[in-house]
Amino acid sequence: MSDTSGPTDNPVGGMPVGGDKFDPEMANQMMGNIGHSGFIGMNYVGHGDNWVELAFDWREDLVADTQSGIIASSAVISLLDNACSLSIWTRLGYFRPQVTMDLRLDYLRPSPSGERVYGKGVCYHMTKSVGFVRGIAHNGDPEKPLAHATGTFIRVGNMLK
Amino acid sequence: MSAPELPPYARALDIGVAKNPPELIGGAPILSMPFSEKVQGRPGFLHGGAISGLLEMAAIAAIHSALIEAGNDAPIKQANVTIDFMRGGLPEMTYAQGKIARLGRTMANVSAFAWQGDPDRIIAQGHMHYLIGGKKPD
Repeated sequence: MSDTSGPTDNPVGGMPVGGDKFDPEMANQMMGNIGHSGFIGMNYVGHGDNWVELAFDWREDLVADTQSGIIASSAVISLLDNACSLSIWTRLGYFRPQVTMDLRLDYLRPSPSGERVYGKGVCYHMTKSVGFVRGIAHNGDPEKPLAHATGTFIRVGNMLK
Repeated sequence: MSAPELPPYARALDIGVAKNPPELIGGAPILSMPFSEKVQGRPGFLHGGAISGLLEMAAIAAIHSALIEAGNDAPIKQANVTIDFMRGGLPEMTYAQGKIARLGRTMANVSAFAWQGDPDRIIAQGHMHYLIGGKKPD
């Protein structure tokens, strides 16, 4: 198993590279407006060779506690799950079916009432079947994180069978 | 055991205390989450984040129940969570229950398990650490 040397290389199996390169903004437009991601309202913020950043706005029904207004930790999991998943396809340069194998979050501090929540996922290593990711959640300043994530995604053959 | 009061996020996902669990396992409350557009990931399957939400709520319900039983209604704060996803969540009712491994004075070690039709076929499990008494992780 070897690392990819660039997002357009394809030493890790899967679909052949061809046609348009994977576009995380477009992918989020398709996936982020429907289902659970659409319910939370995940917006595309930015991406690089191996990372994708998404964000959602504070909302009354996304809180863990009515009095304090802090965001439910589970909403942060959903955000980082999506950002990390997109970071793997972004690094690969193309889509390959995968599912989350595991995801760990360390909650450093609560996300305060009214604050937009950002989640940046980074794919730091790829193998033929596994994408290794790290993530960070913050309220606008990545130097002041509210959560750290680490996880793995596993490639699956046919998700729709 | 009294029904725990669920946070707005749980209510938004239609998570509730299961009235007729498919099988009573005993111990902590069993929570349920019906399938809907709001919890769907890839077409026809649950989103991992929604399953995670159900697991976290089940873990919190387990601690609250245990604390109330112990006569200690202290606030709790979650320090971390690790979720393993084992099976794709199908478009049907999902259940989850927390299990406390240790409830100490300052922290609790909790696991939570999610299943659909068969309680022995776990679709995901979570392991969480909670601080008791509102202490901050730092």
